[in-house]
Amino acid sequence: MPTHKEQMKKYWKRNIRTVLILLSVWFLVSFGFGIILAEPLNAIRIGGYKLGFWFAQQGSIFTFVVLIFVYVYRMNKLDEEFDVNEK
Amino acid sequence: MDILTWTYILVGLSFALYIGIAIYTRAGSTKEFYTAGGGVSPLANGMATAADWMSAASFISMAGIIAFSGYDGSVYLMGWTGGYVLLAMLLAPYLRKFGKFTVPDFVGDRYYSNKARVVAVFCALFISFTYVAGQMRGVGIVFSRYLEVEIELGVIIGMTIVFFYAVLGGMKGITYTQVAQYCVLIFAFMVPAIFISIQLTGNPVPQLGLGGTVQDGSYLLDKLDGILLDLGFHEYTSGRKSVTDIFAITLALMVGTAGLPHVIVRFFTVPRVKDARLSAGYALVFIAILYTTAPAVAAFGIYNAIDTVAGKPVDELPVWVENWQKTNLIVVDDLNQDGVVQYLADPDKNELTVDKDIMVLAAPEIAELPNWVVGLVAAGGMAAALSTAAGLLLVISTSVSRDLFRTFVPQMTEKTELIIARVSAAVAVIIAGYFGINPPGFVAEVVAFAFGLAAASFFPVIIMGIFSTKMNKEGAIAGMVSGLVFTLAYIIYFKFINPEANVSENWWFGISPEGIGSLGMLINFVACFIVSKFTPAPPEDVQEMIQDIRIPRGAGKAQDH
Repeated sequence: MPTHKEQMKKYWKRNIRTVLILLSVWFLVSFGFGIILAEPLNAIRIGGYKLGFWFAQQGSIFTFVVLIFVYVYRMNKLDEEFDVNEK
Repeated sequence: MDILTWTYILVGLSFALYIGIAIYTRAGSTKEFYTAGGGVSPLANGMATAADWMSAASFISMAGIIAFSGYDGSVYLMGWTGGYVLLAMLLAPYLRKFGKFTVPDFVGDRYYSNKARVVAVFCALFISFTYVAGQMRGVGIVFSRYLEVEIELGVIIGMTIVFFYAVLGGMKGITYTQVAQYCVLIFAFMVPAIFISIQLTGNPVPQLGLGGTVQDGSYLLDKLDGILLDLGFHEYTSGRKSVTDIFAITLALMVGTAGLPHVIVRFFTVPRVKDARLSAGYALVFIAILYTTAPAVAAFGIYNAIDTVAGKPVDELPVWVENWQKTNLIVVDDLNQDGVVQYLADPDKNELTVDKDIMVLAAPEIAELPNWVVGLVAAGGMAAALSTAAGLLLVISTSVSRDLFRTFVPQMTEKTELIIARVSAAVAVIIAGYFGINPPGFVAEVVAFAFGLAAASFFPVIIMGIFSTKMNKEGAIAGMVSGLVFTLAYIIYFKFINPEANVSENWWFGISPEGIGSLGMLINFVACFIVSKFTPAPPEDVQEMIQDIRIPRGAGKAQDH
């Protein structure tokens, strides 16, 4: 049986990993697609939008919303798994 | 009924609603005054956060800024929404678990130092005061434009309303009025946007209309690019600013959003840690509705303005141009006397000047919508300004009563503390109103920099406080002071001491004063890190507290409303 302290260390590590993965997506869609790569991506079109412009003014914001809800879902699972959830 | 009557009716009704809510939900204890007793549902808190966050600038000015800057305007769209991802994942759940009332509370306890607390109070007050003055001015401007009263009288009416519910209701009153204000402002923003989208592109969803086609079958954005290039302007869908600068400004706005005290405290009001996470998600949904519509309003607005005014005979302009010329938001000046309006990039030949605020304010008239919609937009602008002002005033009053008085006079009773909180809210309303009536020239400038300052002061210290158990008070104070001083110095130098030098050749690493908060944040982090390496680690009980806030279970009891 691992001690409570070790368990909590593991919980924290898993938490950090979840956040890092989600934040890399956050970085990619805004600073990546919307800013650094905006110019080359503008060569690609979806309907009336140039892709880089779309990411900067619409796509990144939609992705941000999804990211937070994924985070909420994953963390609730993790809290349950480690029995630290609130009743 | 005419526009003025409708405006009086709708603005009057919305004010009556806010005051009614304030009386019904007034606060009885300090806990209710500071954090609404911690019993707000995540959905209600999400709406309140959205209203708290979206100010007069978001509602009235942002679409116009984007309309005239095209792609470069994206910094506001990404910057003011991306911060919520940071808030949800790095701050909100842990600060909720910490379970106190303010940001300086956290800084003071986590860094076991009243010096750190006082530095944090100073930062919070500075950020909140510059911001709130801008809101009061916004209330005055909406009043004067729509209700045809003096700006001064408008500010005083706005002050009275805010005074009522911020001073009486505290956080509890503010929360529920903000929920109502969100509903008013989002309805007021969406109705004209949807109708204009239908008229222009045939698509009722503005987010899709922006990528849609106009009457002649070509794509709106392509057409806009073409028109602007022809007139000598820069293309709409690509940027003028350097990639580095866009990067730095976006980062400063994102991190600044996550470091703004009036936004952070909203997450102290929900019952559980999981509610804090969820609530940040709801908040961003409610914000995203407006923030993804704004770029559509922007493109529709500039397209309409050019299409209906530029190249047209001066005496055959649409009615809305006539109406708004009275307020000087549109100026048509037939310089070459040829009877036709020329809209050109060349300032010596251009004959049409359009203020950025017109894209939202005149939207109902441009789309020929009924008069009540104009009144609705007025009520919406007011809701946006009042809700933000109230949130900021609460931070100011809490900082004074709790972080200053309670820290240095710990024996005072709760009743006394509540009275001090109310008195300081009242004093703050009066000071904010004064600056609204007599804006020092630099207020508008400084509001934009509040983000940089928040990014360079609060954000790194709070992050390190949660994610590093070894970060100590020496590191935190060094970080906050160096980040703030550097950012402030850079801004003051380029904006006030030597404004002529404010060009990209002179900027450090090509970063403008708007984006310098990103660099300030890095300096803060580095200073924290280095100083903490050479000074003693925090005491055992503080390290235990950090372990405790990382685990959701056991957050303090909440009370139901």
